[in-house]
Amino acid sequence: MRRPWLEPAVVVAGLAPLAKLAADALTGGLGANPIEEALNRLGFWALTWLAVSLVPTPAREWLGVAWPARVGRPLGLLAFSYALLHFLFYVGVDKFFDWPVVATDLSKRPFIAVGFAALLLLAPLAITSTDAWVRRLGYRRWKRLHRLVYAAAALAVIHFLWRVKADRRKPLAFAAVFALLLAARVPGWVAAARRRPAGREGGIGG
Amino acid sequence: MARWKPDVPDADATPEPLYLRRREFLGLGAAGAVGAAIAPLAALAGEDGPAGPALPAASRVDLAGGEAPTPWKAVTTYNNFYEFGSGKDDPARLAGSLRTRPWTVSVEGEVKRPRVLDVDEILRVAPLEERVYRLRCVEAWSMVVPWVGFPLAELVRRLEPTSRARYVAFETLLDPAQMPGQRSRVLEWPYLEGLRIDEAVHPLTLVAVGLYGRVLPSQNGAPLRLVVPWKYGFKSAKSIVRIRFMEEPPRTTWARMAPSEYGFYANVNPAVDHPRWSQAKERRIGEFLRRPTLPFNGYAAEVAGLYAGLDPRKLF
Repeated sequence: MRRPWLEPAVVVAGLAPLAKLAADALTGGLGANPIEEALNRLGFWALTWLAVSLVPTPAREWLGVAWPARVGRPLGLLAFSYALLHFLFYVGVDKFFDWPVVATDLSKRPFIAVGFAALLLLAPLAITSTDAWVRRLGYRRWKRLHRLVYAAAALAVIHFLWRVKADRRKPLAFAAVFALLLAARVPGWVAAARRRPAGREGGIGG
Repeated sequence: MARWKPDVPDADATPEPLYLRRREFLGLGAAGAVGAAIAPLAALAGEDGPAGPALPAASRVDLAGGEAPTPWKAVTTYNNFYEFGSGKDDPARLAGSLRTRPWTVSVEGEVKRPRVLDVDEILRVAPLEERVYRLRCVEAWSMVVPWVGFPLAELVRRLEPTSRARYVAFETLLDPAQMPGQRSRVLEWPYLEGLRIDEAVHPLTLVAVGLYGRVLPSQNGAPLRLVVPWKYGFKSAKSIVRIRFMEEPPRTTWARMAPSEYGFYANVNPAVDHPRWSQAKERRIGEFLRRPTLPFNGYAAEVAGLYAGLDPRKLF
């Protein structure tokens, strides 16, 4: 089935939280501390789209459903966009370009450093998300590069976990979802490694 | 012969705890019907202003440098009160289940006469005053709040602690039925906070029972709470049911949870960062730019003398 509406639908759904944020900001719907609320929402949606972007591959391998793979790229780009907005909002609104404070945060506060590291890991994946980059790198190398997404997800969850004061339930829920999505990939990787003659690829890549 | 069989299966019968509370539900039903009828009117009358029974104060003191108080709506919808959930808007949504009458406070430990006081007795301890204080949260936001209450010193004097009482601990109600946040072990319940006795009897330390000239809303710590304006907000225990005078410092909740992040003193101090964020600046609720945080939250002239000779690095 062609489902021509699929990609536009994902983009519309992906931008809906941003539209809701803008509407709430204009109507006072962000509560008494709107800057904190907006920052939290952007981070939440970065993590959410990152988790959703990891669904297509296991969906194909376990359920035999192929169409989600077509929206893997827009989902990943949504995750990166929200993460970038989250960071820019922190620098430009929450800290209002107070560079010394931002520099201290990035160097001295582990929870902010790991969040920034997650964003840095996502950046090359967003840049190389085009078909031209897949051709340039070759599919296998491109795929190996894009496994960085699991490191980024782990860092992002740690960022959230270290941010909360006592109530760890939401970050732990994200950790569980990512662990499940990673575990769902493992049998596929093992099978692929078996199919390849030993020694050619080296290491655990491929 | 056929045995008698109940015509309602056990699974459909009302569980006993609910059955025993049946009268409350009758009350809730009636209150709900009245509430549904009144709600649209309240919306027309402008529901964002101070609400609830009036609580007149005999005097008013501004100790926030003439700054305008943070709007009622922000003060009553942006709360850290984990007993009702860890979201800032959870207390305002969920504190309706708190019953503030009858309410008693148990006085224990190093006192001449341990006893149980009714909250209405405590309300008569001293004339009520309005005090406008700055409130600085450890999370680097702040408000200006017009509290109604009386100095804790007045209460301590009447409770007659013994000469061995060097600390006083305050315990919040423990009742998951009224405080839904206590159904998960986010913190170790009940919440425990404490002060050194000289901090407790300092004239700035307040027992607050009201806000904006109204009876204190549940989400702000009804029926009575502490306000210690030179310390981070978490030191000011809410919905207090126990006051215990002690020789040794109490093992307070946040200091127990994360000893490297929350100390016993928790005096507002821009020079000592929280390990995860700077305490040098704060965002006043309603303002865009952060403003510098003042030592002792601007009350250094009044309270710095309490800590003469103590290492200021330990005063976090």
